[in-house]
Amino acid sequence: MEANVATTKEQTWGGGDSKPLGSSYGKMMIWFFIVSDALTFSGFIIAYGAMRFKFLETWPIADEVFTHIPFIHGNFPMLYVAFMTFVLIFSSVTMVLAVDAGHRMQKNKVAWYMLATIIGGIIFVGSQAWEWKTFINGSYGAVQMHDGKILQFVDETGHQITLESFVLANHSERAQHESNNGLWFVSETALPEFTLAEVTAAFKANPDIRVRTEKIDMATKSKEILSRESSLNYLAEGKAIVKGANLKANEYGTTLFADFFFFITGFHGFHVLSGIAFNIIIFFNVIIGTYEKRKSYEMVEKVGLYWHFVDLVWVFVFTFFYLV
Amino acid sequence: MAHEAAHESHTGLIWKVFIFLSIITLVEVVLGIYKPASLHLSSILGTSPLNWIFLILTLVKAYGITWYFMHMKEEKASMRRAVVWTSIFLICYLTALLLIEGSYLNEVMTPYVKWDY
Repeated sequence: MEANVATTKEQTWGGGDSKPLGSSYGKMMIWFFIVSDALTFSGFIIAYGAMRFKFLETWPIADEVFTHIPFIHGNFPMLYVAFMTFVLIFSSVTMVLAVDAGHRMQKNKVAWYMLATIIGGIIFVGSQAWEWKTFINGSYGAVQMHDGKILQFVDETGHQITLESFVLANHSERAQHESNNGLWFVSETALPEFTLAEVTAAFKANPDIRVRTEKIDMATKSKEILSRESSLNYLAEGKAIVKGANLKANEYGTTLFADFFFFITGFHGFHVLSGIAFNIIIFFNVIIGTYEKRKSYEMVEKVGLYWHFVDLVWVFVFTFFYLV
Repeated sequence: MAHEAAHESHTGLIWKVFIFLSIITLVEVVLGIYKPASLHLSSILGTSPLNWIFLILTLVKAYGITWYFMHMKEEKASMRRAVVWTSIFLICYLTALLLIEGSYLNEVMTPYVKWDY
């Protein structure tokens, strides 16, 4: 009964002041949007889950992919993304503090908290850009086989090593295609630093190095490392050198891994970006006193709901891309 | 609700929720880095206990954000149900269908993936 009880007929016909579900029009609409957007994100994340189930035995292990933090060399899984998560949660806190100050009509507090939220959002998007850059550039390099499987290289301790650390380039095979001396309408991305022949030769010359396949040993949850002989057999089926990641191939494993990473974190990053834009608009409205005159800071509450939703989605992205 | 709450500050509660969410994230990160073998390599109900811990902690975090940051707690029960039950039902439904489909694809595909060269 509490959902919608009209007091008088005239009011109801004119829109009235009856509030369905006790919520104002604007808040109702932002909740509509949030539910539909939540279902969109669920669709993406569940599709990711389905493909992960399909490639259960070969999916890349996140801890071996996202291992970098800015300015420091070394192997630090999880730390950077944990920092990003804290930034986003903290910006959610400043947002809810802004909403809280808005309820009490404290204009200056609302403005300062909004500013803090915007700065948090910018730090988050910047971090994500850096994360993408690192992911796209790659760190080790790998060989892609004719059937698309990825072969990585490990030293005698089983740790992955870069191609540069054992392959010598002699740049013999062919020159980079340039549109001024080839087909003007065709462009070519930078040639890989090494050719497959160079990698194979270097592999034969270094008896300590072995090939690691995508296949996960389910008992130890680690990638299978081949013997020297079968390493060479696998390398003989090699097709290309892969460095970093794009939509067609990536050095980490299954192509879909990078595709979903770009698509879902990209879609989320775009939400954060639009959230920052909304927050900036509302921030200026607060400063010029729009809501003071309106005697209601409900707009801050509405962008706040959107901002918390973006945080909420990140909680799930964090779990499914980095933890599980 | 909004009228009574108009002048009352929730700042204390907000910081408490923040600390709570931070602790959960910290626990997740520490577990994610160290991956204790007993939780990581065993299996319960189809996946490792570690994955279950991550999933449950994620849902707890989602609850914290929705209830206290998005003020779901202060909405009318009807409003809350309209949003939460709808989403949860549809998400569970889609998850069930697609994950079953994913496992089926895995089952059908795996015997045909070549691993001997």
